[in-house]
Amino acid sequence: MLLGLLVLHAAAGSVVLSAGRRLGRWGLLVGGLAPALTMVWVAANAAGVLDGDPINANVQWVPDLGLGVDLRLDSFALLMTVLVSGVGTLVFVYGWHYFGLSEKTGRAAGLLTLFAGSMLGVVLADNLLLLYVCWELTSVTSYLLIGIDDAEPDARAAALHALLVTGMGGLAMLGGFVVIGQEAGTYRIAEILAAPPTGTATAVGLVLILVGAFTKSAQYPFHSWLPAAMVAPTPISAYLHSAAMVKAGVYLIARFAPAFASVGVWRPLVVTVGLATMVAGGLRALRPFDLKQLLAFGTISQLGFMVVLFGIGQPEATAAGCALLLAHGLFKAALFMVVGIVDHEAHTRDIRSLPILDSGWGPTRLVALVSAASMAAVPPLAGFLAKEEAYGALVHGGAGDRLVLVGIVAGSALTVAYSLRLVAALVRPNAVADVAAERPKLARGPSAGILVPGAVLAVGTVLLGVAPALWSDLIDHAAGALDPESGTHLELWHGFTTPLALSLVTLTAGAVMFLGRRWVAAAQARLAPPITGAQVYDSAVRSMVLLAARVTSIVQSGSLPIYAAIILATAAVVPGIGMISGSWWPGWPRLVGRPAHIPIAALLSTAAIAATLAKRRFAAALLLGAAGFGMAILFVVQGAPDLALTQFAVETLSVVVFLLVLRRLPDRFERRAPAVGRLYRLAVSGAVGAFVVFMAIAASGARTEPSVSRQMSERALPEGDGKNVVNVILVDIRGLDTMGEVTVLVAAGIGIVALARAGERPRPRPLTWANRRSRSVERS
Amino acid sequence: MTPRRSLILDSTVRLVFDAALVLSVYLLFAGHNQPGGGFVGGLVAAAAIALRYIAGGLQEVRSMVPARPWAFLSVGLALASGAALAPMLLGNAPLDQRAFEWDLLLLGHVKLTSATVFDTGVYLIVIGLVLMIFEGLGEDWRDLQGAPSEDGS
Repeated sequence: MLLGLLVLHAAAGSVVLSAGRRLGRWGLLVGGLAPALTMVWVAANAAGVLDGDPINANVQWVPDLGLGVDLRLDSFALLMTVLVSGVGTLVFVYGWHYFGLSEKTGRAAGLLTLFAGSMLGVVLADNLLLLYVCWELTSVTSYLLIGIDDAEPDARAAALHALLVTGMGGLAMLGGFVVIGQEAGTYRIAEILAAPPTGTATAVGLVLILVGAFTKSAQYPFHSWLPAAMVAPTPISAYLHSAAMVKAGVYLIARFAPAFASVGVWRPLVVTVGLATMVAGGLRALRPFDLKQLLAFGTISQLGFMVVLFGIGQPEATAAGCALLLAHGLFKAALFMVVGIVDHEAHTRDIRSLPILDSGWGPTRLVALVSAASMAAVPPLAGFLAKEEAYGALVHGGAGDRLVLVGIVAGSALTVAYSLRLVAALVRPNAVADVAAERPKLARGPSAGILVPGAVLAVGTVLLGVAPALWSDLIDHAAGALDPESGTHLELWHGFTTPLALSLVTLTAGAVMFLGRRWVAAAQARLAPPITGAQVYDSAVRSMVLLAARVTSIVQSGSLPIYAAIILATAAVVPGIGMISGSWWPGWPRLVGRPAHIPIAALLSTAAIAATLAKRRFAAALLLGAAGFGMAILFVVQGAPDLALTQFAVETLSVVVFLLVLRRLPDRFERRAPAVGRLYRLAVSGAVGAFVVFMAIAASGARTEPSVSRQMSERALPEGDGKNVVNVILVDIRGLDTMGEVTVLVAAGIGIVALARAGERPRPRPLTWANRRSRSVERS
Repeated sequence: MTPRRSLILDSTVRLVFDAALVLSVYLLFAGHNQPGGGFVGGLVAAAAIALRYIAGGLQEVRSMVPARPWAFLSVGLALASGAALAPMLLGNAPLDQRAFEWDLLLLGHVKLTSATVFDTGVYLIVIGLVLMIFEGLGEDWRDLQGAPSEDGS
């Protein structure tokens, strides 16, 4: 059934994508069915899963390589599925109103469905390789979705930016997966986590996996793609870049941390990166005037928070991470939706040009207020519960945990500050950006329909906050699925505890920072780092292109003689060294087998030497043909009529083909090479010649096993029904080889025509295949 | 433009051409038990076509061959891969052999193996490849660049 859900997404997505424009916004309905049905199915099966009875589905593919579709829905996967499919369904509803009748709607709907399926695959995969495939599928669909306005250069650049960064991380991650899989002897995630490997190789593999997770979850220093990706339409940002895809890295860290947190540099690396991201992202979120940029940096900051909570690998922190995961999905998606609504109605999301949102905007503002308050962890909302959990988990730990706690409090204070900034921008934009021009008023609020999904999320935020019992079990079991020691009991009121005091400190500090925003802004302007992540990315890409150009200009000189020299010299030198370094010389073979060999050898060598000395191309081609015919005679003498026949036919045709080509080349060889050049050509050809001769002798004396030819002769008639062994080998014993060779012949034939005609201008054809018949009738 | 055709070459080619084609088909069918086979047979047929090309140029080849070169390639590839895959329908390994024997009037006892179909594919592909080469390289484009003249023979 799990597999069925993935297939459903793939099928619905493909249908919508191929129907494209014809379905229009109905595509959102068809595509949205997939996540909606997933939600229904998961809700129906949640009870069993939460009781500690995961649902498994396995389809074997290549068991020897550990390749297979292994799916597993445990409590943590269930939590992620709620996020992926639940928020996904709401995003489809939101998109119905947001995209409206735009001609891109069908395409966006199809891609969103495919993305939802890929993300579901990431969450459900119980096999590292399957996880990788789904992971990359989310990268690809994200690329297509960011660049959905493909006429916009900005959108294309941002899409490529995201793809390059996450793709690079994905490759590193694949390397890590292979290392871990080899160390553990299995690619099944559940098995690996049950008996985690240790050692240096594992530690290296884990760092590689972390690079993948960091790029995907936009952690510093890989974060810059996420703000750039905000050019995408808001439903896409709300889904991919806040609720679902960017959580993939967090998900991976959460899965691995309980088993691997104390291996190698995992814990220091994850905590450092996560904290740096949380604080730096929070600081950056105080600066932009684009509301989506503000949210993007806020998301980066919150992802850093989650990375710390999960990555530290401590049972209580893990539970707090699970709570934050869900709370963040609710409030951040709702905030994106609100900003999208503002953008949709006011046609701007720049705080400096934002109109005053008047009477009709009450409900929208309420949704924003509730969600931003949850983001700032104001009681009694879902975000507050999650943050209390986090503080509670770290407050009882050792010195290291305390240090982390300080960082988290600082990051949370920043979160409060930018949450206030966001709310202020929507309520009184002049408070954030004082512009001289008078702002127009926008009295008419958005339609009810577009607000519904955001409102649903906001209601969820409130409900989960005031009634922790609603999700306490879910979080408890999800954390328990990650780490059996982990578990929690969510409560709104723990009494007067240290976490509560910290919460108050956080809120106060954030409010102070917001009130003193002018000083904060001035300080930031002075302390801002000299380069931004986007600039790092730009220069990295530019230097990569430059390097590629340099390498190409060195490797691809465009000179045919140099290419030939490199290929031939490599062929002679590399195996030559290998040959000489062993006991390879079997002694000279008998030079003359029978008298007839002498005239044949004389003919062959004369023709060959003459071919190298010939001054005209035509003569050289004929002499080469003569050498070939000499070879054929040798075959006759040795008693191989089949070979001889083939050799004769091939040589005949070769000469004809040579002549066809020679018609287009100058009659004579150019003899302009300077003496040095000639010397090195002589050296290369001499080396190749010597190598071929000695290789032939060495190879003929190198046999250690009995030849298979006797066996082939014996089996040709009974098994191949043929007396001609050569032919039986070709069509039966080695039939697969022949199959491959004739396929190459076909490709070569097509290639010859394509190459020969490339660059030719179209020209009148006196006789074409189309009028061939009538012409031949005239002729006869 | 009038191709300079040689009378001697023309008559020789006419004598040899049909015989060479018959030989090539013989090689194709005899190949399983005697020297020959699809590859050699195809090469001999191709050599015969090359003779016609030398005598009369690309136009002669085009007017003589019953189908386009790519048709040879595609039919040949289809035959070969079909023969390779067909045994799988019967649950056997790909390229599995099967022999058929009949007593036919005039021809006497005939034995054919399923490999002959495969070999015929190879035969057609070799011919197709050589035709493709003529098509690609053989056109005397300098001569044809002018007015779309009649072939004028």
